[in-house]
Amino acid sequence: MFEASELNIRNHRVERLWGLLFLLMTVLLILPVVVILGVLVYKGGPIISVDFLFTEPKDGMTAGGIFPALVGTIWLVAVALLASVPVGIAAALYLSEYAPDNWLTRIINLAIINLAGVPSIVHALFGVGAFVLFFKFGTSILAASLTLAIMTLPVVIVATRESLQAVPQAFREACWNMGASRWQTIRKVVLPNSISGILTGVILEVSRTAGETAPIMFTGAAFFLPFLPQSVFDQTMAMSLHLFVISTQVPGVPEAMPYGVALVLIGMVLAMNAVSIGFRMYLRGKKKW
Amino acid sequence: MGGVSAIIFIIGIFIFITKEGLPFLLGRFDIVEFFTSPRWRPTSEHNPTYGALALIAGTASVTGLAMLVAVPFSLGAAIYIGEFATGRTREILKVLVELLAAIPSVVWGFIGLSIMNPLIIKLFNVPVGLNVLNAGFILGLMAAPIMTTIAEDALKAVPDTYREAAEALGATRWQVIRRVVIPASKNGLVAAVLLGVGRGFGETMAVLMASGHSINLPTSIFDSVRALTATIAAELGETAVGSDHYRALFTLGIFLFLITFIINLTADLVVRGIRKK
Repeated sequence: MFEASELNIRNHRVERLWGLLFLLMTVLLILPVVVILGVLVYKGGPIISVDFLFTEPKDGMTAGGIFPALVGTIWLVAVALLASVPVGIAAALYLSEYAPDNWLTRIINLAIINLAGVPSIVHALFGVGAFVLFFKFGTSILAASLTLAIMTLPVVIVATRESLQAVPQAFREACWNMGASRWQTIRKVVLPNSISGILTGVILEVSRTAGETAPIMFTGAAFFLPFLPQSVFDQTMAMSLHLFVISTQVPGVPEAMPYGVALVLIGMVLAMNAVSIGFRMYLRGKKKW
Repeated sequence: MGGVSAIIFIIGIFIFITKEGLPFLLGRFDIVEFFTSPRWRPTSEHNPTYGALALIAGTASVTGLAMLVAVPFSLGAAIYIGEFATGRTREILKVLVELLAAIPSVVWGFIGLSIMNPLIIKLFNVPVGLNVLNAGFILGLMAAPIMTTIAEDALKAVPDTYREAAEALGATRWQVIRRVVIPASKNGLVAAVLLGVGRGFGETMAVLMASGHSINLPTSIFDSVRALTATIAAELGETAVGSDHYRALFTLGIFLFLITFIINLTADLVVRGIRKK
């Protein structure tokens, strides 16, 4: 009585076929990354050593290490974070806790999407026009970091807003019923319950900032500078630009070197991402509501 | 105050690039030349020309090929992750897609240069491997994770009650997807594709390194081309501040800004279309 009909069998076969096709597509999408990582590790792995990480480039960047670039990237990321995290969190707090659902909020959301969608090279042009020339910071860490900060601002805003909105409304209502003001509620209840989610967003921003090249090319990153920066008004080398330079602009670089730089850069970025993802999963497991 | 920061920055970006580009726009700029001449020769001593047609064609060909690669695969992956995969498999696939999105564009460019380039030369027996095919493929891989994530969100936004109702009528999972989930999330999927196009359009470093960077109206996928974004990145460092060439590059920037603005606005309107219903 409950035997599958001809049509049923066919339908199920069709279903399985499509499922397999989509699985295949997913695998094909992810496979190149695995292959690429493999090649990078295979070709760049052998060159990476303590020396490579902690000495300056020598002989017109055809020998030596990457220390100034590594330090420069840390400078750029740190200054960018100092600028963007407070603004991003303030913006997210406003959008999640205060903003009424009106045209202004809609425009703000649209602006955030657009900020994320503007090409990185246009951000670079903006950085040149605004920070380097108009505010007269010159080509410096400050100008480059501020450009990066504006570019990655949407990452912080979106991640923070999501983690703020994940705090149940009932928590807020309970607090309001105790007579707490809106700001007291945010400070004592909403923020403590979402701080780890915000942190995840910040880590994600670090990884985005570290990998960007175009926005810093003309605003503060130098092709070759064998000194460490002393202040935010100095220029600096950076990992991402260094990879671009030694793989396209400098003749006679040993083959393993750009692979090594790419591996260190991608290692930094993926490690940051992995931390962020791991953190998020841990939190989700721990959540009490 | 923090809330309106994003608006201030967007307006600020527009004002500052316009400020630098405007003298060129009002003076030397010739709209017919800009859109119809393939001759981008800003450094010519006697007769510099500023035709952006070849650059536009370069960007369009690379982005077009990238979408041919990325759209089917990322929509397929989104459907698999969102509708077929369950539990741990789904989590792992989502993490992998996220990591794919995290690879910096300069690393992609380097991959195009050092891995794809010799591969294409060997595989297709062509003299140069830095071409539309290379850049398009790389760009497709870069745009795919974003499209997958947004498309999956759109699928997730379809209420489960829709699926249950269809299953209760005896539909198989594929029938549910095809007749219920995809039609219901159509707008979100379109928005995902649009945002992917925007991403491809604006990508700079990877295209600069993988496309060959020579001014060409491409006739085949094995031609080297030059993209709008890459032109700015390659030439801005060599121009004198305030020169026609410098301002012309900012004009390209204004053009890019407006196009991505329109793409994002359209995507937003399309998404809002579903919410209204």
